[in-house]
Amino acid sequence: MLACALAGPAVLLLFSLFFVPVIAVFVISLTDWQFGAPTFAFVGIANFREVLADEGFRASLLNTIVYVLIVVPGTVILGLAIAVLIESGRSLRALYRALHFLPFMATIAAMAIAWEALLHPTIGLVNQTFLAMGLPTANWLRDEVTALPVLAIIGIWQNLGFAMVLFLAGLKSIPRDLYDAAEIDGADRWLDRLCTVTLPMLNPVSMFVVIVVALRAFEAFDTIKVLTQGGPGHASDVLLYTLYRESFEYLRTGYGASVAVIFLAIVVALTLIQARAMDKRVHYQ
Amino acid sequence: MSVRLSPTAAIMRHGVLLITAAVVLVPFVWMVSLSLKPPGEIFRQHFSFLPEQWYAVQNYSKALTSAPLPRYMGNGVLVCAAILTLQILICAPCAYALAKLRFRGRDLIFGFVLIGLLLPHQVLSLPLFVLGYELGILNTYAALIFPFVVSPFGIFLFRQVFKTIPDDVVHAARLDGLSELGIVWKVMVPMALPAVIAFSIFSVVGHWNDLFWPLIAVRSESLMPPPLGIIAFANEQAGNDYGPLMAAATIVVLPLVVAFLAAQKWFVEGMTGGAVK
Repeated sequence: MLACALAGPAVLLLFSLFFVPVIAVFVISLTDWQFGAPTFAFVGIANFREVLADEGFRASLLNTIVYVLIVVPGTVILGLAIAVLIESGRSLRALYRALHFLPFMATIAAMAIAWEALLHPTIGLVNQTFLAMGLPTANWLRDEVTALPVLAIIGIWQNLGFAMVLFLAGLKSIPRDLYDAAEIDGADRWLDRLCTVTLPMLNPVSMFVVIVVALRAFEAFDTIKVLTQGGPGHASDVLLYTLYRESFEYLRTGYGASVAVIFLAIVVALTLIQARAMDKRVHYQ
Repeated sequence: MSVRLSPTAAIMRHGVLLITAAVVLVPFVWMVSLSLKPPGEIFRQHFSFLPEQWYAVQNYSKALTSAPLPRYMGNGVLVCAAILTLQILICAPCAYALAKLRFRGRDLIFGFVLIGLLLPHQVLSLPLFVLGYELGILNTYAALIFPFVVSPFGIFLFRQVFKTIPDDVVHAARLDGLSELGIVWKVMVPMALPAVIAFSIFSVVGHWNDLFWPLIAVRSESLMPPPLGIIAFANEQAGNDYGPLMAAATIVVLPLVVAFLAAQKWFVEGMTGGAVK
């Protein structure tokens, strides 16, 4: 009774704000319901057929995969390298950590506007610098070849500090005596210790960082909304932007719900892999 | 890792880290730099960080007056404060029940919390939009707040921390005549203060920066939180008045950056703990 009173409000809200909505998404995806319509009929997997046959959706799915495949290795490798460098010395650790972490917590919608100015075809710093160095310039966000990779680079910029702090935590948990043992065994150079102790011991953490960064990359939305609106054409369309546009701008309710279900399936699959990786990490130690 | 670096290695370490840090900071520097310049200098073809003619006062006052930027900031504060207050009020008692009381259905409820953790919020946006419509609260502050009043992560985190507090403390509090709610607010939450602070940072940063849900929930400019407001501002400016726009972006980013630099450790903890879930 007492427990009911304490947990009741939270449980009630969890139900009405999480469970009913997620079931509703599944149900809507199987119907022809349109927002505002009084009636609906079940249409089976017709919405999914339509979504999967849609060139726009396929482009969006493919773009999301490409985006994730650029952001994840870029973020993880840079985050790892910076973490190892910071941890390898004693001075200015806090400063370097703070500077690299800054983009992760800065309001990305506002920072996207700063990026737009940086990437401006004539007055942007990027093109001015490239021009001075004799490199080819482009209208980065309006060119269908460069739009998605540029967004991915912004994604790396935003997330590398996050990967860095996760690696820093992983580095701290490596037992000191392993380094002493490695030194006795002749691994007395920095690079030797890196290859024989640090990197192998970071393996489980790395797996975990890869998944967490991948989840964040799959959820990319703000920069796309601010900078390209998925364009030019569908060149930088990603799943979450498609979900938003179809559901709330075009009001294609069934279509939007189907995209949401597909998006959820991907995220849940990644999270389950993450949970398994976490289990492994626990056993490892 | 070892902390005995040779002088050359130490210099290389600083060299590389200074370069990467500088690259990471470029967008911030560029934003602030443009916010200080008059239009004529912004559209000049060569770059200098500081303006020849200081235009900061004009840009920042235009940003603060031509768009309802103070209003956006106020909305952000109001919405974040309301969400955080409700989250703690609702999550802490539930977490206490899950951590310290025995009752039927406890594991089931905890299972629900874990499933809630798994769900990305964007997936729920369509039904929540319909719910907001049915309740007649779309395009109000309530629309910005209601989907987030319960946080599965908050319940999960508080439960984990409450579990580490010894049962004896709870028994002693009961002997002192505290009610169960009294135990939650006077014993558990104060003892779990670091976790509460970390959660607060996670929540405030997340909702201050959120664009997706406000984009769906509100249309009126007077209700927009900062990320949505700055986009509206950018669209109105049609991209030709960079000075005030960059000033506005700087003002939106500033509060969290200052708070972060002041309380770095807490932020790193709150943000990673939260984002990892």
